[in-house]
Amino acid sequence: MSALAIETHQMTRIFGHGKEATTAVDHLDLAVPAGTIYGFLGPNGCGKSTSIRMLTGLLQPSEGDISVLGHKLPRDAEALRPQIGYMTQKFSLYDNLSVAENLDFVGEIYGFAGRRRKARTEELMRLYDLGHHRRQMAGSLSGGQKQRLSLAAATLHEPSLLFLDEPTSAVDPENRREFWEHLFDLSSNGTTILVSTHYMDEAERCHALAILEKGVKRADGPPQTLMQDMGATVIEVSGDDLRQLKQTLVQQDGILSAAQLGTRLRVLVRDQIREPQQWMRQFTGGRPLETVRPSLEDVFVVATGGRHAG
Amino acid sequence: MRVNAMSSLLRIRAIVSKELRQLARDRMTFGMIVMIPLMQLMLFGYAINTDVRHVPAGLLDLSQSSYSRYLTAAAEASQAVDFTRVYHSLTEAEQAITQGEVKAVLYLPADMGRRLLSHADFPGNNGYAYPSQSPVQPVGQWLVDGSDTMVAASLRALRNLPFTEVAGQAYRQPVPHLALVEYFNPEQRSAVNIVPGMLAIILTMTMIMFTAAAIVREREHGNMEFLINTPIHTIELMLGKVVPYILVGLIQVVIILLIGHLVFLVPIRGGLITLFTAALLFISASLAIGLVISTLTRTQLQAMQMTVFILMPSILLSGFMFPYDAMPEPAQWIAEALPATHFMRLIRGIILRDASLTGQTADMLWLLMFTLIGLVFASRRFKKRLD
Ligand SMILES: Nc1ncnc2c1ncn2[C@@H]1O[C@H](COP(=O)(O)OP(=O)(O)O)[C@@H](O)[C@H]1O
Ligand SMILES: [Mg+2]
Repeated sequence: MSALAIETHQMTRIFGHGKEATTAVDHLDLAVPAGTIYGFLGPNGCGKSTSIRMLTGLLQPSEGDISVLGHKLPRDAEALRPQIGYMTQKFSLYDNLSVAENLDFVGEIYGFAGRRRKARTEELMRLYDLGHHRRQMAGSLSGGQKQRLSLAAATLHEPSLLFLDEPTSAVDPENRREFWEHLFDLSSNGTTILVSTHYMDEAERCHALAILEKGVKRADGPPQTLMQDMGATVIEVSGDDLRQLKQTLVQQDGILSAAQLGTRLRVLVRDQIREPQQWMRQFTGGRPLETVRPSLEDVFVVATGGRHAG
Repeated sequence: MRVNAMSSLLRIRAIVSKELRQLARDRMTFGMIVMIPLMQLMLFGYAINTDVRHVPAGLLDLSQSSYSRYLTAAAEASQAVDFTRVYHSLTEAEQAITQGEVKAVLYLPADMGRRLLSHADFPGNNGYAYPSQSPVQPVGQWLVDGSDTMVAASLRALRNLPFTEVAGQAYRQPVPHLALVEYFNPEQRSAVNIVPGMLAIILTMTMIMFTAAAIVREREHGNMEFLINTPIHTIELMLGKVVPYILVGLIQVVIILLIGHLVFLVPIRGGLITLFTAALLFISASLAIGLVISTLTRTQLQAMQMTVFILMPSILLSGFMFPYDAMPEPAQWIAEALPATHFMRLIRGIILRDASLTGQTADMLWLLMFTLIGLVFASRRFKKRLD
């Protein structure tokens, strides 16, 4: 296996024909090193699911080359299947089978016979805290339980590459933290993980990520690097009449975005402006200003040209 | 290689047992499996078997003998007909039927007494037939407006009018002494013919619909996206999906035959092994069509529509509604392309005539071919992809 688990060159997917055609994924270049947790960050409809489906061989690319774990896709999709796990965005196990029956089914499909299957499903139910619900129908599980069951099913055969499509979208923050603990465990055991999300805090946990917008990759790299090389300074303004001030600020060319966060206004000033704090004072008057550490959300706003500013 | 076959079997078993579990838990579908054959057979069976009473009939009695008076009284006593008109010539009677004045006419010829006595088994003869009268002629005729099948079917029973009353002593049944002349609709049906026909129609409907829906449903619910990402082979998935419904089909066959036999008194002349072999072939062919439909449709609604698309000609062209031989040639070609047509022939032969399978190899081969072609086509068309 090469050091890259996933490599794509100009991966593109167009749905529909003629006037109706939409480009869901637009000439995407990816290089995901083996053993990392890699994130797809972007709003709904930006092409995360479509990309994952091409990387699992479920969709054919309209254009471009894809290589996953050394297999060329879509040609060698069948050979790849035993090595990958896929947790779909929508719950894809059987609502009217119990937790244990679902896992048993997946075990059989992956060729686990008899005692080996029993041992593995028990292990998974213990690991993902599903033992108490073994006889409960999957359809009646809570969001968090469904998510853990899906993860158990996707990892049952111990794949070396795991695709997770918005795994935490139906889950409360507490469960999300726990879920990420599980992902780190899998990662430290050598599993490469590709996870899509529209949560900034989650994306920040990835080793590296790609910011997608309308199928186009706007930026990629480790979150720290992205934040450092953002190309803008983050200044927070406190005081009163912030709504009024925001209206003024967003008119300025030097300002990428201004978003109100409670009693403060978070302003992204372009790097072209020298001495940004100084420059800002002409609009803010006597209000207190503070230059703060950029977040991934700021990176996202900059990368998408301020179009997604709150 | 051995390991491959093992895990292949394991995967097929996984799908089969999952499918059976889900089926057992899906009250609606489970109910349909039993209720469709039950309700439909009862409804149609009774509709067609309904005792038709007090049909307006005419009497053309040229015999005017004590025999003819007894016979007329017996016919009226059965309550099946009311003699509302009396005619004096055959032309008159035929015209009356054509104009819908009456549904049937009992025609008793002038030499009725002599014809009756010519029957060797007429009790008055003590087993001796008058030698002058051979071949044996029917005693009289029912002229029936065959365009109304229900009426015609019920009058069919009047062929066996109790001649005991005519002769006034014990008499060996059943000997039809009245011939039935049917106008307009040469091939009349009755429950005996309907039940095997319903078997073909009900199986066509449920088998195609269930398999098609079973696969399309997984696509609609999103299960397919997970499943096709596993190492399962298309053919394993197809077989796993089909096997449970073979069982379902056989259950339906048992239900239909039991009701047909117990309620509608359909004789089952052929051997049960022969019968179930034919049923199995037809079930397989229908399931294969269901699989093909599942690869052509995206939603359960579309699958349903496609099922109806196959079901309608299966009802109309298979020989269930109209006799095959009376159909124009193009309709016959279409009929040949429907598994129901072949099964209709097989099953009527087996149930009603005790036909053996060896005499019906062609129809059996057709069904086998449908199954194989369907399986291959569906496996080819089914892609482990979403686009
Ligand atoms: N099967 C499809 N047919 C047509 N358009 C599609 C299909 N799947 C996705 N799209 C379109 O492609 C774009 C990207 O969708 P998707 O990959 O699901 O986004 P995300 O997962 O990031 O929310 C959207 O505009 C969506 O409407
Ligand atoms: Mg998505």
